[in-house]
Amino acid sequence: MNDINEKTATDVRQIVLDIIAEIAPDADLSKLRGGTSDADQTPLRDLLGLDSMDFLDIVMELRKQHHIDVPEADYPRLNTLQSCVEYLLPKFNGK
Amino acid sequence: MEWSQRIVITGVGLVAPNGNSLAEFRKHLLEGCARIQRIDMRYMGLVLAGVCAFNATDYQTKKEIRTGTRAGSIGIYCAHKAIESSRLPWELLDKSRVGIYVGITEHGTVETENEVYQLSQFGYDTKYWNHHHNPRTVANNPAGEISINLGITGPHYTLGGACAGGNLGIIQGVQMLRLGEVDYALAGGVGESTGSFGIFAGFKNQGALAEHADPNKASRPFDRDRNGIVISEGGCLFTLERLDDALERNAKIYGEIVGYGINSDATNTVLPDSERQAECMRLALKKAELQPNDIDIVSTHATSTVEGDRRECQALRDVFKDAPNTHFNNTKSFIGHTMGAAGALELAGNLPSFEDKTIHPTINVDNLDPECELPNLVTHTPKKLQRANTILSNSFGMLGINSTVIVQRFNS
Repeated sequence: MNDINEKTATDVRQIVLDIIAEIAPDADLSKLRGGTSDADQTPLRDLLGLDSMDFLDIVMELRKQHHIDVPEADYPRLNTLQSCVEYLLPKFNGK
Repeated sequence: MEWSQRIVITGVGLVAPNGNSLAEFRKHLLEGCARIQRIDMRYMGLVLAGVCAFNATDYQTKKEIRTGTRAGSIGIYCAHKAIESSRLPWELLDKSRVGIYVGITEHGTVETENEVYQLSQFGYDTKYWNHHHNPRTVANNPAGEISINLGITGPHYTLGGACAGGNLGIIQGVQMLRLGEVDYALAGGVGESTGSFGIFAGFKNQGALAEHADPNKASRPFDRDRNGIVISEGGCLFTLERLDDALERNAKIYGEIVGYGINSDATNTVLPDSERQAECMRLALKKAELQPNDIDIVSTHATSTVEGDRRECQALRDVFKDAPNTHFNNTKSFIGHTMGAAGALELAGNLPSFEDKTIHPTINVDNLDPECELPNLVTHTPKKLQRANTILSNSFGMLGINSTVIVQRFNS
């Protein structure tokens, strides 16, 4: 049985989306808002025009808001929304 | 002087606590409309301040605003407005021939305080220190944000001159145009000091922070009951260009910058020196080949501190002792001290005098300090002048930096 505090992939997806909305307030997130889609597999850099400073912002907000550290070597794992979820889900659940 | 060496103002962009355009600012100066408010300052509670209410998203994305600085936003807004009002064919211009010269009192104080406060929420662990800190706090930030926003590839930098910064920006623009380094200059100053508790606390502990039950009466230069500075934010950038270029494109000319002076007291970090201030004004008059009596309007620097106002008045009485036509006013009585913006903003508010022959008053002088007596100090209400052809604008700053700019009505 899952821990009641354990995050689901949907939870983590929403957390990442909220952070992106915060750090890139002008970005059009409509393709990602409606639930999992092909857009989840599109590089965020291409889909939303995020730059390297934006990715550093995402890393910082994960650290500040959720105490999750993303080592520099793992930055490529934040390439798409789907890869973010796959990478971050175990971290959120302490695994 | 050759026309290519004569520099004119062909655009004005500004934000002030009481107006976001020259027309609105001027209207409020003539109507006696001050706008000072109480704001909640970190660690201090309510303090008096002049805050600007412009819409930064008119020219910036939300992300630019989030990652940039308030000084950058103020500068960007002013730069766009200065270009718009100049009616330059902006899209066609060679942006490598545009220079950005922005006077500042300080920069980075606000951003550093904010970052240290954020860090305190995370036990001062520096892994939470924001990577935006360095680009936000480098000294060229306000000018650099303008460059990026407008795609200007000519030189951009700030001029740190304490509260003389705005004048230094103008003077730098004039010099670079005369040297032929650029064809157009966006020149003036910005101030964002209302975001810094340290600046408020510093003035307060120096006994120089204004307090008054009525916020709009707190900034009261020359009044016997003045008790200090009202710290404000603001900005003003002028479009400057060479006279021959301006005439060729039939530009509206707001005025010609005919003289300037910069010197140093070399005496004290905070107390000004009347003798050097007078010397600075004379330097500017000499460059302009004018006599004191040729000056119709003096825009005083006076910040509403007890000693500072007296010393400037002493210098003014010395320089203008034989100048019965010269009138004096003060803009800080309306908007407080906009720091790096002050010189440029206060000059801008007086420029329309060339058209309406009216000098706006100094407000809040209910009981004139006898040591601040000036012949023709205009108080309470505007005054119609016989002649309004020449403005001398003073801006002085800490560490004893003095600056004067003289602008004349342009007659074709």
